[in-house]
Amino acid sequence: MLELALKGSKRYFAWVAFLLVLIGIGGLAYLDQLMVGLKTTGMSRDVSWGFYISQLTYLVGLAASGVMIVLPNYFHGYKANKHMVIFGEFMAIAACIMCLLFVVVDIGQPSRMMNLFLHPSPNSVLFWDAMVINGYLFLNLFVGWTCLTADRARLPHPKWLKPFIYISIIWAFSIHTVTAFLYQGLPGRHYWLTAILAARFLASAFCAGPAILTLVMLVVERVTTFKIPRNALKTLVKIIAYAMCVNMFFFALEVFTAFYSNMPGHTHPLVYLFAGVHGHHELVGLMWTFIGFAAISITMLVTPKLRNNMKLLPWTLVILVIATWLDKGLGLLIGGFNPTPFNTITPYWPTGKELLVSMMIYAIGALIVTVLFKVATDVKKEMGHSQKLPCGCSTEDGCDCAAAEEAEAAPAE
Amino acid sequence: MKNNRRNFIKLAGIAAAGLAVAPKAMASGGGHSPASVNKDAIHAKHWGMVIDTTKLNTEEAIAKLAKVCHSIHNVPTIPNNQDVKWLWADSYAHTFPEQENPHLAEEVHQRAYPLLCNHCEEPSCVRVCPTKATFKRADGIVAMDYHRCIGCRYCMAACPFGSRSFNWGEPREYLDLAKLNPEFPTRMRGVVEKCNFCVERLAVGKLPACVEASEGAIVFGDLTDPDSDVRKVLRERFTIRRKPTVGTEPSVYYII
Repeated sequence: MLELALKGSKRYFAWVAFLLVLIGIGGLAYLDQLMVGLKTTGMSRDVSWGFYISQLTYLVGLAASGVMIVLPNYFHGYKANKHMVIFGEFMAIAACIMCLLFVVVDIGQPSRMMNLFLHPSPNSVLFWDAMVINGYLFLNLFVGWTCLTADRARLPHPKWLKPFIYISIIWAFSIHTVTAFLYQGLPGRHYWLTAILAARFLASAFCAGPAILTLVMLVVERVTTFKIPRNALKTLVKIIAYAMCVNMFFFALEVFTAFYSNMPGHTHPLVYLFAGVHGHHELVGLMWTFIGFAAISITMLVTPKLRNNMKLLPWTLVILVIATWLDKGLGLLIGGFNPTPFNTITPYWPTGKELLVSMMIYAIGALIVTVLFKVATDVKKEMGHSQKLPCGCSTEDGCDCAAAEEAEAAPAE
Repeated sequence: MKNNRRNFIKLAGIAAAGLAVAPKAMASGGGHSPASVNKDAIHAKHWGMVIDTTKLNTEEAIAKLAKVCHSIHNVPTIPNNQDVKWLWADSYAHTFPEQENPHLAEEVHQRAYPLLCNHCEEPSCVRVCPTKATFKRADGIVAMDYHRCIGCRYCMAACPFGSRSFNWGEPREYLDLAKLNPEFPTRMRGVVEKCNFCVERLAVGKLPACVEASEGAIVFGDLTDPDSDVRKVLRERFTIRRKPTVGTEPSVYYII
C-alpha cells in the first residue's frame, strides 16, 4: 500500500522535497547539539527542561486527539465518522513519533537512551511515558494499516481487530494522563502539583488536537478529492467547542484555588506568568494573548452562526491552537520552573538552534502525515469513499447534486 | 553418535544435573565483586550533617569550603546560568523561602547560608530517575552513577532544593587540567551531578572535605546513633531543615 506514496503530482513531490530541506537544515543544528552538548539551548540550571519537553507535552495531546473521532464511531456507532477514523489514527502515529523524537533530542546522552529499557524503573513516570507512547504508536499503526488494507480489498474490517481498537481508545486517555503525571507528582513544583493537571491536559488535548486535525483535513480537501462528510465535521467542531470550554473551566479552577487560598506556592507561578515578579515580565504579554485568544475562540465556537461559517472556521481553529499552545506548550513549562526552588526568577527563551532542531522534528512529523495521508486519500479515492461532488458536498452527505445543479440552472434558462 | 531418543534423554539429564549444581559451584568460585572494603572506611546507618550557621555564615567562609569541595571533585566553574555547583552560598530568603518572616532578627537575615544536596531520606530525585542512575545507598547517601545517567534531567525537575546540576557542555573546558584531582573522575557532558557527601573519602576513613575544612562549624555523623556527634548537637541546639512541607526529609540540618 505504501507504493501509493511513491506516485503523485509535482506539487506533492515539491512539498516532500521542501520538508526534506527543512529536515536537513534542522538536522545540521542537531548535529551541532550532538557535538557540543545541550549548551546550544536556552535551558539552564534552574529551567532544566525547555522547548523540547513542552513540545512533547503538546504533541501527546495531538496524539490522543484522534480518539475524538474514533470513540464516537466505535462506542456510539456514529458512522458519519467512519471515513475520518483513519486520519485520526495516522495523525496519532506522526504525533507519537514526534513526541519520541522530542525526548531523544532533549536527553544529554542519547547513545545511552536504551538504559530506559535495559534498567527498567517502574517507579519513574518517564519509563511509563515511554511505554505508553510507544504502545500507542504501535496500536495506531497496527489498527490503521489493517483497516485500510481491508478497505482496499473491499473486505469488512476483521473481527479480531476489535479488542485492539477498544484498547487503543482507552490507551489514548492513558498517554495523556501519564504525561501529566510526569509533571504533577513532583514536590516543590507548585504550578504542576495539582490533581486536575491530567484532566486539564485531556481537555486541552481534545480541543487543540481535533482543531489541528481539522485544519490539516481542510488542507487535504484542497489538494485531494477527499471531502470531509458534513456531519463528521460539524460534530468534531462541537467537540472542540465543549473541550475548550472545559479546558478553560479547569484553568479557572486553578486560579480560584490559588488566589482564594492565597497560598504563596500556588499564587507565585500565576503571578509571574500573568503579572511578572522581581522585575521579570517576560511572559506577561503572551499569557494574556492566551486568555484573549481563548475567549475569542470560545465565543466563535459557541455561537452557532459563527461556528457553522466555513470561511471563519479555519481562523477560529488557528486562534484556538495558538491559545492552547501558549498555555500548555509554553506557560505550563516555564511556570513550573519559575519561581525557582530559591524563589527567584530565571527567564528562559529557546535559542535559534533549539528552534531549528524543533523545526526538524515538526518537519519529520509533517512528512509522516503527508505520506500516510497520501496513502489514505488515494485508497479513499479508489474506493469512492467520501469524495468531493461538483456541488461541494461529500459523497457521504447524501445530497442530490444533480437536482441542485438543475435548480441552479433553471432560472438562467 | 547417532541422534536418537535415548541419547537425547541422556544429554538432557546431564544438562539438568549441571544446572542444579552450577549456582553452588559459581558461588564457591568467588562470584562476588572482587572489591574489598577498606579497613579504615567509616560506616553509618544514615549519614547526616548539622551546619552551625552561627559560626559559618559569610560568603567568604562558604566560598572557601566550596573551593575545597569543587577542587577535589573536579567541579568546573562556568560563568553563566548553565553552571555546575555542589556547594554554594545564598541568602536566608532563598535558602528557607517558606520560613521567611518580615521581622526576622537582622543578624540572621544577613547571614549567608551554605547549600548542598540534602541527601533526603525520601529523595524525589531517586523516585523519578528512569535508569536508577541516581540511587540511595544503604547508608542514606544519595549517589549518582555518571555512566548510567542518560541526561533526561527529570531529577532536576524533581529536586525541590535546586541541588542538581547538568553538564550542558563539556565540563573539562572549564577545568584547569593541570590541577585536576586524579583520584576523582571528571564528568562528560550530558550527565547530571551533585554533592555526594564525599563517599570516596568516607570509604577511606576521611570525613567529608567541607566538614574537615569548616573548623567545627559542620558536624557529620550517624543520625540513627543516639550517641553520635550529630545527634548530640541536634539534642542541644534548635535546628531547621529546608522546605519541610515537601516531605523529602532532608539529612542536612541548620542551626540558626
